[in-house]
Amino acid sequence: MRHFSYQRAASVEDAVRAGPGAAFLAGGTSLVDLMKLEVLNPSRLVDVSRLDLRGIEARPDGLRIGACATNSEVAAHPEVKRRFPVLSEALLSGASPQLRNVATVAGNLMQRTRCAYYRDLATACNKREPGSGCAALEGWTRMHAILGGSERCIALHPSDMCVAMAALQAVIHVRGPNGERDIPFGDFHLLPGEHPEREFALEPGELVLSVFIPFSAAGMRSRYVKVRDRASYAFALASCAAGLEIASGKIRAAQLALGGVGTKPWRVPEAEQALQGQSPERVAFQRAAEIAVRGAQTRRDNAFKMELARRTAVRALTLAAEGA
Amino acid sequence: MPPNPGRRDVLVGGIASAIGLGLLDGCATVPTAPAAAAPSDLVDLSLEVNGQRRALRIDPRTTLLDLLRENLGLTGAKKGCDMGQCGACTVLVDGQRIDSCLALALQVEGRKVTTIEGLARGEELHPMQAAFIEEDAFQCGYCTPGQILSAVALLAEGVADSDGAIREGMSGNICRCGAYPNICAAVRRLRGRG
Repeated sequence: MRHFSYQRAASVEDAVRAGPGAAFLAGGTSLVDLMKLEVLNPSRLVDVSRLDLRGIEARPDGLRIGACATNSEVAAHPEVKRRFPVLSEALLSGASPQLRNVATVAGNLMQRTRCAYYRDLATACNKREPGSGCAALEGWTRMHAILGGSERCIALHPSDMCVAMAALQAVIHVRGPNGERDIPFGDFHLLPGEHPEREFALEPGELVLSVFIPFSAAGMRSRYVKVRDRASYAFALASCAAGLEIASGKIRAAQLALGGVGTKPWRVPEAEQALQGQSPERVAFQRAAEIAVRGAQTRRDNAFKMELARRTAVRALTLAAEGA
Repeated sequence: MPPNPGRRDVLVGGIASAIGLGLLDGCATVPTAPAAAAPSDLVDLSLEVNGQRRALRIDPRTTLLDLLRENLGLTGAKKGCDMGQCGACTVLVDGQRIDSCLALALQVEGRKVTTIEGLARGEELHPMQAAFIEEDAFQCGYCTPGQILSAVALLAEGVADSDGAIREGMSGNICRCGAYPNICAAVRRLRGRG
């Protein structure tokens, strides 16, 4: 690990003031790991974990979750379980109890890819070292993205929580040197394009304060399905967050996002629209799943993800239709 | 690997690679050892370990695991993968289980840390330690301190209400000897005893 200076922020204002040029430290499960590998080398760490950013608060129109609430706290919260079962299930399907006790909401939003080449200093990676190339393109791609990639990067977004939040259309509230603002969830993670090193829509020094999730009928009838190489404690091969509002035997509103397949959490509004007005049955789910993976580009080791993602989506929609 | 590897280096390297083989990103290059911090870079840290107040001056880069093992000589928490994937370094912080390899020691300033060395009361084993012996829940023993602390926390969390929930709740602790059935039996033995 490289040398760094460490500062415990006394207040949000203090953290934001210290922010530009520094890395914010919350749980550290991702950042400390990558600092040990020397993939991330911040010269200054600003510890925000003791700030009052841990609360989970019900508002009239939604739930506001503090940036430093841990995965365990959010997953176990009664209002989260009641209003957004998909979020609780997604969180509990990720990592291990030890990691969930420490990992935070904001840290999970900013979780870096698990691409083996990104984590290996001996290989080329445009995300880690812009312009160095991408070893994954001709490499082992079983765990790489089939949606949203570019000729410079096909690194998979690894989060489960983010897939649920994308489907629920959360809003991320941040504060920076120029004040506070909201970022719609779909705009927060950037596609790699020409600049895979740019991963988030955050300006220098901006600190995530909270995530707001609007209440919805579909959110209350939502499920998360994750398929992985072993029964627990593994990243997704494919996953799906699905929520349905059903009235008079028809789908009134749908929420759908895929994980394990995209360079960012993969919400597909067209697939959601295709479900509207349909009977909650297999034929409609299959058509939505087909739309959800449209444009996918598979490689040598991940062609199976097309079919797996479709079936995972159909499964999640079926469970959502069945209700709790 | 250093020129004259000691037993611990060989052991740790061997286990790290064994775990790496089974996991997806185990092929990362390990950077060279960092330069020692200059005395001016050292920072103060105060915390409670196994009921004892400890005040130290440390390199800010020190992980909680290294602090316990190298600075405090508590080698019960093990360095398996050193990347949060095996659970051999599990300790309790304010009663909650965490992977100590992924926490900077500075993050636990003022907190109460419990390691395997702090679990027994004098010569009297903690019930979970006794259950592991009764159920023959280990072979080589390397993962055992982490398994036991994880199991203690799991019961405190109150979610181990079925065998499936025990397996899921213990999934953050890898055992390469494959003692899982007996580990689950040890947890089951104590479940419901309060």
